[in-house]
Amino acid sequence: MTQLVLIPILALLSSMLAAVIIFALPEQRHRLRTGINLLAALIKVVLVGVMTWGVIHQLDYGLSYEILPGVSFELQADALAMMFAGLSAVLWLLTTIYAVGYLEDSPNRSRFFGFFSLCVASTMGIALAGNLFTFFLFYEMLTLSTYPLVVHRGTEKALQAGRNYIIYTLSGGAALLLGMIWLQGLAGDLSFQETGQLVDLNEELHPQLIMIFVLLVAGLGVKAALFPLHGWLPQAMVAPAPVSALLHAVAVVKAGAFGIVRVVYDLYGIEFAALLGVLEPLGWLAAFTIIYGSVRALAQTDLKRRLAFSTVSQVSYIVLGTAVFGPVGTVGGLVHLLHQGIMKITLFFCAGNYAETLGIHKIHELNGAGKRMPLTSTAFTLAAFGMIGVPPLAGFITKWTLGTGALNVQMEWVIGVLLISSLLNAAYFLPVIHRLWFQPEYDWSEQRRWGKLETHSWLLWPPLVTAVLTLLVGLFAALPFSPLSWAKLIAAREYLP
Amino acid sequence: MSNWLMAGLLFTPLALATTSLLLNFRQGRALAWLGMVLQLLVSVGLRGLVKQEGGFYYSLAGWDAPLGIELRVDGLAVTFLLLTTLVASGCGIHAGIYLKPDKPWQRYFWPLYWFLWAGLNTVWIGGDLFNLYVGLELISLAAVGLVALGGQAEALRAALRYLLAALLGSMAYLLGVALIYGQFGTLSLAEVAHQVRLMDQAELMRPALVLMLVGLALKTALFPLHGWLPPAHGIAKSPVSALLSALVVKASFYIAARIWLEAGEVVATQWMAQLIGALGAAAVIWGSWLAWCQPRLKQVVAYSSVAQIGYLFLLFPLTFGVDASTSLQAQQGITLQVISHALAKSAMFLAAGNLILAVGNNRVDALAGVSHFLPFSLFSFGLAGVSLMGLPPSGGFAAKWMLLQASMASGQWWWILVLVGGGLLSAAYVFRIYRASFLERDEKDHFYHPDRRLEVVAMLLAVASLGLGLAGSQVLSVMALPFEEVQ
Amino acid sequence: MSTPLLYALTGVVLWGIGLLGLVGLRHLLRKLLALNLIGSATFLILVGLAQHHNGPDPVPQALVLTGIVVSIAATALGVVLIRRYFHLTGCTELGNGAEGSKEDRAP
Repeated sequence: MTQLVLIPILALLSSMLAAVIIFALPEQRHRLRTGINLLAALIKVVLVGVMTWGVIHQLDYGLSYEILPGVSFELQADALAMMFAGLSAVLWLLTTIYAVGYLEDSPNRSRFFGFFSLCVASTMGIALAGNLFTFFLFYEMLTLSTYPLVVHRGTEKALQAGRNYIIYTLSGGAALLLGMIWLQGLAGDLSFQETGQLVDLNEELHPQLIMIFVLLVAGLGVKAALFPLHGWLPQAMVAPAPVSALLHAVAVVKAGAFGIVRVVYDLYGIEFAALLGVLEPLGWLAAFTIIYGSVRALAQTDLKRRLAFSTVSQVSYIVLGTAVFGPVGTVGGLVHLLHQGIMKITLFFCAGNYAETLGIHKIHELNGAGKRMPLTSTAFTLAAFGMIGVPPLAGFITKWTLGTGALNVQMEWVIGVLLISSLLNAAYFLPVIHRLWFQPEYDWSEQRRWGKLETHSWLLWPPLVTAVLTLLVGLFAALPFSPLSWAKLIAAREYLP
Repeated sequence: MSNWLMAGLLFTPLALATTSLLLNFRQGRALAWLGMVLQLLVSVGLRGLVKQEGGFYYSLAGWDAPLGIELRVDGLAVTFLLLTTLVASGCGIHAGIYLKPDKPWQRYFWPLYWFLWAGLNTVWIGGDLFNLYVGLELISLAAVGLVALGGQAEALRAALRYLLAALLGSMAYLLGVALIYGQFGTLSLAEVAHQVRLMDQAELMRPALVLMLVGLALKTALFPLHGWLPPAHGIAKSPVSALLSALVVKASFYIAARIWLEAGEVVATQWMAQLIGALGAAAVIWGSWLAWCQPRLKQVVAYSSVAQIGYLFLLFPLTFGVDASTSLQAQQGITLQVISHALAKSAMFLAAGNLILAVGNNRVDALAGVSHFLPFSLFSFGLAGVSLMGLPPSGGFAAKWMLLQASMASGQWWWILVLVGGGLLSAAYVFRIYRASFLERDEKDHFYHPDRRLEVVAMLLAVASLGLGLAGSQVLSVMALPFEEVQ
Repeated sequence: MSTPLLYALTGVVLWGIGLLGLVGLRHLLRKLLALNLIGSATFLILVGLAQHHNGPDPVPQALVLTGIVVSIAATALGVVLIRRYFHLTGCTELGNGAEGSKEDRAP
C-alpha cells in the first residue's frame, strides 16, 4: 500500500484504535489512558503535518474503494481538507490535555475518553471525505459519538439536552440523506472536486438542484447552528467544559460549516451556485444568524450560554463568507474557520477554568477574577478582543477580509452586518472584561487551590497557548504559513480551473 | 465433494437433534459445540464450491423431480446458510451458558435447537414448493417448542398464540401449493416460474399467489398479522428470542420473496405490490411507536422486530414493474437488510439478556447506572441499535442506501420517506434505552455480573453487523455468482 | 358437476368453517380442532382437485401423507401445550378474550 493511501488511513485509525484501547482499559488506569490519549493526539498532528506538506507540493493523498454497488468510500486530502484537519488535530491535542486536567477525580473517564477519541476520528473523516457519501458516513458517526459526551454527567438536565441534541442532529442527518439520495439519482456518485461539476447538467433539472441545495444546507445547518436550527447548542452547554470546547470550537459546528463550504465550492461550484440564485438567500440567513446570535448573547447571564450564542453568531461568518461571491469573500469565510476555532476554544477553556477553580457559572460572579486568576483572564481578554475584531488579532483579519470581499462584489449590506455584529460583540464582551479587571472581588463560595499556580497546570497551559495563537495568526497573517495564506491558496485553487 | 457437503448440511443437524434427545443439557451442549464447528466447515465449504463452480441443482439421493426432492444451491442460498451458521452458533453458545442446566426440561433445548437449524437449512436451499412447506413446519414447531420451554403461563400463552398463527399460515401456504399443483402438475419452483410465463391468463393464478403470500406474511408477522410476535419474542429466553427474530421470521420471508421474484411480475398487479409495501410502511410506523411505549426492555426489542420486518416488504413494490437494474438494487438492499437485521437483532437480544441478568429486572428504567458496570453489553446493544436506526457505518445503513437508490430509480419516491422516517422513529426507541442507561442514580445498586463469554458473543455479533456496512460489496458479490441453467 | 370440482368446493366450504372456528371459538382445544379441519380441507383439495393426467396421481397422495404426519406432530404439540397451560392456570382460553391467532391486545 503506497504512502499516499496509508497516511490518510493511519490518520483516521490513530484515534479509532485509541478509542478501542481506552474502552477496554479499566477505569483506574489513569496514567496509561492519558498516555495513550496524548500519544494518539501527537501521532495525528504529525500525520496531518506530513499530509499538509504533501498537499502543498501537489501530492495526491487519498483512496477510493467501492463500498456498495454504485457508490464509493473516498478519502481525499486537498487544501481545504488539510485546513480543517489541521485545526482538528492541533486543537484535539490541546483539548485532551485540558480534559485530563478537568476531569480529574470524576467517574466514567474511560467512557468519556473513548467517545472523545471516536469524536475526533469522525471529525478527521469529515475533513478527509472525498465525496458526499463518505462525508455523510462520518457526519452521522460524529452525531453518535458526541451524544455520550453531552450526556456524560447523567443528570436530568444533561439527558434532556442530549435528547434535544439528538432530535436536531438526526433530523438534520435525515435531511442531508434525502438531499444526497436525490442528487445521487440525478447525477450519480460525485466526488468533491475543486470548482464543482453540476454545471454540466440539463437546464430543466435546475429547480430540483435548488431544492436539493436547500435540503443539504438544512441538514448541514443544524450542526452549523444556522437560525432556526440552532436550538440544541445553548442547551448542550450542560456538558463538561472540554466537551463544550471541543464541540463548539472544533468538531460539531465546524463540521456543519465545513460541509456547507464543501457543498458550495466543491459540489455545486461557486459560479453555478450563484447562477442558481441560492447564494444570496444563504447570505441573508447567515447575516440574520450573526445578528440574532449576538442579540441573544446579550441577554444571557450564564457565562457558557453567552459563549454558546456567540458561537451561533460567529460560525455564520464562515457561511457568510461562502455566500459572498468572489475570491476575497471566500478567503474571509475560510480563514474564519481557523480563527473562530482558536478564539472560541480559548474562551471555553477559560470559562471551564473559572468554573473549576472558583465555582463561577454566572457572569456577575466574575467580578475581580482578573486579580485572582490573571493568566486565565488575560487569555480570555485576548480572545474576547479577537472576537470583537480588534486589530491585530485574528478576528480583525477575518472581518477585514470579509468586508473587502463584499465591497468587491457590491454587497455593501454585508459591511453593515459586520459593523453591527462587532458592536454587539463589544456590547456583550466588554462588560465581562470590565468585571474581570475593574470590579472588586466577588465572594466565591467554592474555591480550589493548586499550590502556586492559579489553577491546575493542565488547565492553564491550553488556553494560554491558544490565546497566544490568536495573537500570532493576526500579527503574522501575511506570512506563508499563516491561516490567511492557506485560505488564499484554497481560494486560488477554487476559482482557477 | 458436493455430496459430502450436502449431507453435512442437511443430515447432520437432524442426526444431532436425535442424538441430543438421549443426552442431558451439559452433554448436549458439548455435542452442540462440535456440531457448530461442523456446520461452519460445511457452510464455508459450500460457499467456496459455489464461488468456484457456480450454483447448482442437487437431487437428493439422485431421484429427480417430481417425486424426488430437488435442492437449489446458489449464491444467495450459501450467503444465508453462512448467516445462519454465524447467528445460530452465537445464540447456541450464549444459550449454553445462559440457561440453567439443572432444570429437567432443559435437556429438550438442544434437540429443538438442531431441528430448528435443520429446518432453516432446508428452506434456504429448497427448490421445491412442498419441501419448503416441510421446512417451514419444522421451523415453526421447533420454534414454538423453544418459546414454551420451561416457561410459566405467560410463555405458554405466547407459545400457543404462536402455534395457532403459524399453523394457519402454513395451511394457507399449502392450499396455494395445492392450487399450483393442480394447474401446472409440478412443484419445482423453477418449473412453475417457467410455466406461468407461458400461460395465457396468468391472472388465474392470483388466488394461489395471494393465499401463499398471506400465509407467509402471517408467519413473518407483517402488519396487521403481527400480533403473535411481540409476546413470543418478548417472553422467550433471550437466546431463543434472538434466534426467532433473527432467523425464523426470515425463512418465511425468503420463500415469499422467491415466489414473488419468480412469478410475481406476471401474476400480480401493481395494486397488490403497492399494498404490500404500504403494509410494510404501516408496520414500520406502528412497530416503532409501540416499541417506544413499552416499559419492558425485551418488549421494546420485540416490537422493534415488527418494525424492521416492515422494511423487508418494500421488496415487493420495488421489484414490480421496474427495470432489471433497479430490481437488482432492491434485491441487494433487501438481502443486506436481512443479514444486518439478523446480526443486529440477535446481538441486541443477547445483550438485552445480559443486561436483564445483571440488573435482575426486566424494566427499561431499571437500567440506570448499568453503564459503569456492564459497559461491554451496553456497547453491543448500542452498536446493534446503530444498525437498526440505519446510521452509518452499519449494515443497516448499507441496506437503507440500496433501497433508497432503488426507490429513486423506480420513481416510487414515497418509499424514500418511509425509509428515512422509519430511521428517525427507530432512533426514538433506541435512544430511549441509551438515555435510561446513562442516567446516574445515587442509590447503590446490586448488580450481578454475568459470565464474560455471554458479553463477548453479543459483541461479536454487533461488530459483525457494523462490519457489514464496510464490506457490503463483497457480500453482495456472492449473490451475483453464475448459476447453471435448468436441465 | 365434475368430481374434482365437487371436492374443491367441499374443501373450500370446510376451510371456511375451519377458519371461522379458529377465529371465533374461544376454547383452545376447539381452535386446534378447527385447525385440523382446515388441514383436512387442504388435503381434500389437494387429493381431489389436483389430479393430473386423469388417473391416480401419486404426487398429491404423497404430499397428503406427509401433510398428515406433520399435522399429527403439530396437533400433538398443541395438545401438550394446552394441557400444560391448563395445568398451570386452570384456563382453557387464551387470556383477555383475545382471538388467539391474529389480534393482539396492546399491552
